[in-house]
Amino acid sequence: MSAEHHEESTVTVQPVDKAKIRLFLKVTLILFLITAFEFLIAFTVGPGIFKTGVFIVLTIVKAFYIVSEFMHLGHEVKVLIWSIMLPLIFLVWLIFALIYQGGELLMVR
Amino acid sequence: MSSTAVVATDSDKDLWMGGKEPLKASYGKLMMWFFLLSDAFSFSGLLIAYGMIRFSHPAFLGSPDEFVFSQEYWPIPEKVFEAVPFLHGVSLPLVFVGIMTFILILSSVTMVLAVEAGQRMDRKGVEKWMLWTILGGLTFLGCQAWEWGHFITGTDEGGRLLDGSIIFGANLTQNQYGPPNFAALFFFITGFHGFHVFSGVCLNFLIFYQATVGKLERVGHYEMVEKVGLYWHFVDLVWVFVFTFFYLV
Repeated sequence: MSAEHHEESTVTVQPVDKAKIRLFLKVTLILFLITAFEFLIAFTVGPGIFKTGVFIVLTIVKAFYIVSEFMHLGHEVKVLIWSIMLPLIFLVWLIFALIYQGGELLMVR
Repeated sequence: MSSTAVVATDSDKDLWMGGKEPLKASYGKLMMWFFLLSDAFSFSGLLIAYGMIRFSHPAFLGSPDEFVFSQEYWPIPEKVFEAVPFLHGVSLPLVFVGIMTFILILSSVTMVLAVEAGQRMDRKGVEKWMLWTILGGLTFLGCQAWEWGHFITGTDEGGRLLDGSIIFGANLTQNQYGPPNFAALFFFITGFHGFHVFSGVCLNFLIFYQATVGKLERVGHYEMVEKVGLYWHFVDLVWVFVFTFFYLV
């Protein structure tokens, strides 16, 4: 196979981008710390709106870091960011509608 | 991008008239993004349905220490998921699922390193980090298989059904931990996610194989690694939400 002969000579491997690796490690650390913090809260704070609220906020922070840095969406063109993020607005309605519906079902059960 | 031969001024109107890439992303990557958007709606549907069905059942109102499994109210997740392999009978709430979370986050990190290596045309790096990612995915699947096995087999004491009989474990119609819907949602949500992990591992292996035999190098770029990378990160992202809304809240 002549193609295999060419490979070694034509492909040049670029050096590692140290800043990029540091960013990935930083994001990893943040994800780890938030998850550890969630564990702490799970066993120290009593159940209620406050606990649930903290969990939801921390989850969204984690989601932001995964989507923005790992999936690189934060560094894409603005139009692309909006075409992915805007449709998710529909979920807000679904959450309110179905949670309300769940409460009503409990009443008639 | 640089090959476009449009001489006109770079106004916003020109941008969408053809010959340019307004989103500055390849066709394949865009389609992966829009697929993931639709997949996000599927998982949102499942998780929001969980919220609705949970709110349509009475909650356990006493102190967590006095909690016992009952058909009358929704169980507290940390009382259900407290088993760890090789530590039979020891109550370690959420520890195993925490380990699973860390495994999946770590495999997401190795995936990001594989993508970075691919952008530098570093074949050895891609092979190494893709292999670690596949191993992470398989480990996660193994953990999930154990967790399902435990959930289906049940605890030593079992739980009491409404007719007074004792049942061990859970299936789609009966559930020792609480209302049958709880088990059904567990199987559906973690199952749907687990199937995504499984197909992710298959895709990762396919791309790992193509990198190993030098196919991607001959193509001239490692964009396939970026595309399966997007999918893999999405699987991790979904788990972050499943972890919060199924196990923590």
